[in-house]
Amino acid sequence: MAALNHIAILPILVPMAAVIANLLLGNLRPPSRVRLNLAFSVVLALVSILLLVALAQSDGHLAAVYPLGNWPVPFGIVLVADRLAAVMVLVTSILSLAALVYASARWHSRGTNFFPLFHALTMGLNGAFLTGDLFNLFVFFELLLAASYGLTLHGGGRNQVKAALHYIAINLVASFLFLIGVALIYATTGTLNMADIARAVPLIAPDDRGLFDAGAAVLGVAFLIKAGSWPLHFWLPRTYSSAAPPVAALFAVMTKVGFYAILRLWTLVFANSSGPELAFGQNVLLVLGLATISFGSIGALSSKALDRLASYLILVSAGTLLLAVGYNAPGVTSGALYYVVVATLAAGALFLLKDVIDQILPAEAQVLAVSLEIYGDEEEAADDVDEVSRTVPGAATLVSWCFAIAALIMAGLPPLSGFVSKFAMISAALGAGPTAATWWFIAALIVSGFLVLVAMVRNGINIFWTSLPDSDTPLVRTAELAPIVVLLALCVALALAAGPAMAFFTETAAFIHSPQGYVDVVLPREATP
Amino acid sequence: MELILAAAIGVLAASGVYLILRPRTFQVIIGLSLISYAVNLFILAMGRLRMDAAPILDGANANPADYVDPVPQALVLTAIVIGFAMTALFLVVLLAARGLTGNDHVDGKLD
Repeated sequence: MAALNHIAILPILVPMAAVIANLLLGNLRPPSRVRLNLAFSVVLALVSILLLVALAQSDGHLAAVYPLGNWPVPFGIVLVADRLAAVMVLVTSILSLAALVYASARWHSRGTNFFPLFHALTMGLNGAFLTGDLFNLFVFFELLLAASYGLTLHGGGRNQVKAALHYIAINLVASFLFLIGVALIYATTGTLNMADIARAVPLIAPDDRGLFDAGAAVLGVAFLIKAGSWPLHFWLPRTYSSAAPPVAALFAVMTKVGFYAILRLWTLVFANSSGPELAFGQNVLLVLGLATISFGSIGALSSKALDRLASYLILVSAGTLLLAVGYNAPGVTSGALYYVVVATLAAGALFLLKDVIDQILPAEAQVLAVSLEIYGDEEEAADDVDEVSRTVPGAATLVSWCFAIAALIMAGLPPLSGFVSKFAMISAALGAGPTAATWWFIAALIVSGFLVLVAMVRNGINIFWTSLPDSDTPLVRTAELAPIVVLLALCVALALAAGPAMAFFTETAAFIHSPQGYVDVVLPREATP
Repeated sequence: MELILAAAIGVLAASGVYLILRPRTFQVIIGLSLISYAVNLFILAMGRLRMDAAPILDGANANPADYVDPVPQALVLTAIVIGFAMTALFLVVLLAARGLTGNDHVDGKLD
């Protein structure tokens, strides 16, 4: 399966080629330039689909391993595309394609160098998902962060620069913590390859074990900052809500990098190697997840503007995922993987939707809706007569349907995929033998779903029933509405194909939770791609 | 030598943390630089401190015990380059914030 191994590096190479092409063809006219970038994004999506399909179809071939420069594995850097990585790469590619289509209508011309930065961010994300080397993970983190710094400032104004200042400062500190953690882990295990670390952990001298745990904890803090976990998340709502909408949509997958890194390293190194007692840091993950969910739900209730609401929904999903990782059961993990795909796509769609709604609504109408809610509407009774004959124009209907679907998915209500994922997580948690943690877990999922529903419904009422202009048909560009519809349609399709999807995720989770399998795939290979 | 290095890392990190918590953007960027120096020294120290030992093997049957671990040195080199680039980028944003808000407070307001 040499060909499959080579596919593993393509999700990194394609965006890199796009960056280079953009820099070389810097003076290309806008229409052809947009087409060039869309072509690169389509190619990336196709490559990611190819990788996932190839991995899903070949039995027994669990991961594509690509040693860079053909160096033997524990010494050189290696890319490992297992199913988890392939799913995350596919989500990134789809979301970046949607955001790019959206941006090609209007947003790309609001600042300089949008396209190269956008592709660099995609490249960093894909690299972070694919790499099997801890220090290489750091490099890809920095790559995606550097691009995200630039993108946060895209279409800049005062608020964006202020938000970006905090965002950059916090992430620089997080990077230094990352380095400290990596250095401690290297000092105790003598290797940076993730599979090799998993192999070396049981062999650590008892005296060094504390140092290793400290390194892992410092590294964990760095990942938790990226994942938007509770006491470390205060940068998130502000940055996400002030970023340009297509950028914010792609940022929806950025917190998932933190989740991915925690899931990968924690299950690989800690979750199974510590015997019957609680794995290292499990309680911390559970408590932080719970706190993040609570904070995100309350924040969602408190936000009047849709972009802030979407940012808090990101926090809710981050908390849900942390809880699921901390729960440390294969069934729960498979539900969480389903959830991460759905929540990321829906959150991305919601950020884009917010911008479309901003165009439909006059700015004063939104302020009015908020103030109506605070001060009460004295003319409400007089308006009742007109309400019957009101017609909602076509584009607005579509937008409101999209909003309703996004709300159902986010809140986890029955017909759609949000429900399927939460149901899978809860039933797996119950099936694995209920403990105190189970009840906290279930309560957190259900209560947060309810609070999110209240927040979404209230926002929807404000937007579509109170503030929508009566007569004039809103003009919404097809290029802006299409990606939203496609993203949400994918979520719906995932609900329709829930059976095969869950079967796939169950196998993926089983692979994640048997670290020996990962180690076996990566380490003993001959370096002959 | 261990004591001197440990003290240097500690002092750099402590000063850096103090400066990061200050309200002026310039103090923050100096604090970040100090922390990055501390972290770089820390990574180097994690490869065990050795005097007068080369990181590159020469000869086919050299004894690895005579050499210093080259990996932390490579890591430090990468970390320095990345940290340098990020600090430069932060400096640009800092100047933009100074220009747009008219003062150098991290929250962009006069105190």
